Amino acid sequence: MMLGRTAAGLFWLARYLERAENTTRLAEAGFRMALTRAESNSEEWRSVVTTAGCADSYLAKHEIFRSDKVMDFVLRDKENPTSVLGALHAARENARMTRTALTREVWEAINDAWMSVRDILRRPVPERDLPEVLSLVRRQGAQVRGAITGTMLRNDIYDFIQIGTLVERADNTSRILDTKYYVLLPSSASIGSSLDNVQWEMILRSASAERSFYWLHGGTASPIAIADFLIFDARLPRSLAFCYDMITEHLGRLKVEYQASTPAHELAIRQENRLTALNISLVFEEGLHEFLTGFMAENAAFSAQIEADYRFSE
Amino acid sequence: MGGFDGNVRAPYSSYSGWLQEMSRPDMLKKSLDAQAFFRRTGITFNVYGQSEADERLIPFDLIPRIIGAGEWANLVRGIEQRVTAINAFLHDIYHRQEILRAGRVPEHLIRENEAFLPKMIGMDPPGGIYTHIVGVDLVRTGPNEFYVLEDNARTPSGVSYMLENRETMLKMFPELFSRIKVHPVQQYPTMLRRSLERCGPPAAEGKRPTVAVLTPGIHNSAYFEHAFLADQMGVELVEGHDLRVTDGRIAMRTTRGYEPVDVIYRRIDDDYLDPLNFRSDSMLGVAGIFDVYRSGGITIANAPGTGIADDKAIYSYMPEIVEFYTGQKPILQNVPTWRCAERDALAYVLEHLEELVVKEVHGSGGYGMLVGPAASKAEIKAFRAKLMAKPGNYIAQPTLALSTVPVLTKAGLAPRHVDLRPFVLVSPEGVEVTPGGLTRVAMKKGSLVVNSSQGGGTKDTWVLKED
Repeated sequence: MMLGRTAAGLFWLARYLERAENTTRLAEAGFRMALTRAESNSEEWRSVVTTAGCADSYLAKHEIFRSDKVMDFVLRDKENPTSVLGALHAARENARMTRTALTREVWEAINDAWMSVRDILRRPVPERDLPEVLSLVRRQGAQVRGAITGTMLRNDIYDFIQIGTLVERADNTSRILDTKYYVLLPSSASIGSSLDNVQWEMILRSASAERSFYWLHGGTASPIAIADFLIFDARLPRSLAFCYDMITEHLGRLKVEYQASTPAHELAIRQENRLTALNISLVFEEGLHEFLTGFMAENAAFSAQIEADYRFSE
Repeated sequence: MGGFDGNVRAPYSSYSGWLQEMSRPDMLKKSLDAQAFFRRTGITFNVYGQSEADERLIPFDLIPRIIGAGEWANLVRGIEQRVTAINAFLHDIYHRQEILRAGRVPEHLIRENEAFLPKMIGMDPPGGIYTHIVGVDLVRTGPNEFYVLEDNARTPSGVSYMLENRETMLKMFPELFSRIKVHPVQQYPTMLRRSLERCGPPAAEGKRPTVAVLTPGIHNSAYFEHAFLADQMGVELVEGHDLRVTDGRIAMRTTRGYEPVDVIYRRIDDDYLDPLNFRSDSMLGVAGIFDVYRSGGITIANAPGTGIADDKAIYSYMPEIVEFYTGQKPILQNVPTWRCAERDALAYVLEHLEELVVKEVHGSGGYGMLVGPAASKAEIKAFRAKLMAKPGNYIAQPTLALSTVPVLTKAGLAPRHVDLRPFVLVSPEGVEVTPGGLTRVAMKKGSLVVNSSQGGGTKDTWVLKED
């Protein structure tokens, strides 16, 4: 038996953890871009902030998009609730609330992640320390994931954590693509050009997919291939297809454990089927931006349905 | 660990032999290890009045406090006697009030007391138990000489420290426990669950009762302990908004619908328990839980209204209370207490402020008290004004000649004052005292204040299997 509030805590613990990692990855991609280009490009920093979902609060505080300001804002600004620090704090608060559902290893990994990241982000991070700080955050995230995979019983507790992770990840991948959908339109580059388009590289890096893409495509890239990879390739753990494959798997296990199907399960199956039936040409015909906007809305509706079906609140 | 004759006290002799083999730098390093261990496992407490994120560690001292088998056995007899009397007293004042009729406790002390809950009159809690969990605060003044400071019959906290302190010691010094035979304490959560299950409500008859721990939430100073106990007992940790009344029962909202709860170990105060019956602005409780309680649908542990038994004004009558209900002389001593509401007592207290400890009748946690011998002239003057404005709000006690125990400091071992809170479980099958407890220690030299909110620390407490 599990309290609805506990399920909510596990789901959001996982979402915030994933969010902290995604934002870190975005910051890393942006930082790398700034290093490899001669002049800094405020448009790139704008896209980092937009993809991280904090453009409004950023603009309420700053007028221009500059690397140091963006970095500080997405990593540690108190006025940005989705900063890495804010997301990790929220993850730990949820872990505290669901303490009795977690193994000691998982709790300690989360507590440790929060304490070390909080300490390292107490002050603004000087540029020379950024690589080290960003890799520390990622390593801490990996330790939490490792503890979850290595020590948690495969029951409903684990399922809610995984579903939370995957919903957040699907949202993040679709936002990475949507923020830059215009550079992926067929008119923006000729098919078959080499992987030197900085914009494309930024997209792949933000999803930790540049190595696997390069490996699969032998060094050549096209907008269609990139979009296809991030949306439809179920081998890539950050693709939309992978996320919904796994979401339906976990909901299927909940169905067996609870001996009852839910509307959320139906929604997930429909999404999975749709991703199987579609292909990248059809998406580009329909319009990439329209497809992504639609997907994000459905993903949000699915999340709300989970909350209702499993009685996250009254 | 020196006795009154200057030698090592008997219970410490084996330990002292071991300690002499350890070097001071080794011990100080172990001390740092222990601290890192506590922080990583999240054993912290929140400090009220400070920022929400401020979680502090309670200082942990590595030198155990050791109690001999014989002295412990005597202490247990005293605790059993006192706790039995407290339950009899609670039953009496919520029923026939014989003790008031006999004139042994003044009636106005009950009637005008905020801790007295008229709604409990005539109510029979399941199993006849009022105080399922008690944490008696004691100090030792000499061999076999213990004084009770407070009875803590509401929702005593600190048991998680008793358990985690022992875990830490087992990790740090495994060899000690094979050398010295110490009673284990780790059975406490199992005993607690069993004890609570024995007090199931009429509605749960014939099945194993479902137990849950009710917490105010993650921002409460003792949240770690609430989660710890629920986890160790293997029961749900619920908040007020997880619960509601359905079909005359209390039910918790699960991922599969509402499931009935039979026994609630609540860690929230009476006032906040039920917005329909008590404070209407409470967001922590469950609307209507008291009505379910009255109709036998749920057990609430400890029962509402038990605060009247550990009220500081009632405390001074405990020797009479013990004698009235058990027919025996009290085994544990009561600290002599001046009730400032009485004119002669007030006059005496005002004249001797610099020698006395003055406490608020309803205060807790070491706040709002004056420790005369440690206070400055200005503090005494300010306190005098408060006392004269509302004398009925205060009691005063002499400072006892507390025995000390050694703590580890950078300069080596040094004596510090301690108190002791053993944890007592009460069920229809009797009183059980876990062999151990929470030893709180004043970390400052000469200080008598051991409260964690005031910088006090803790120690592992050993009860030896044989003397």
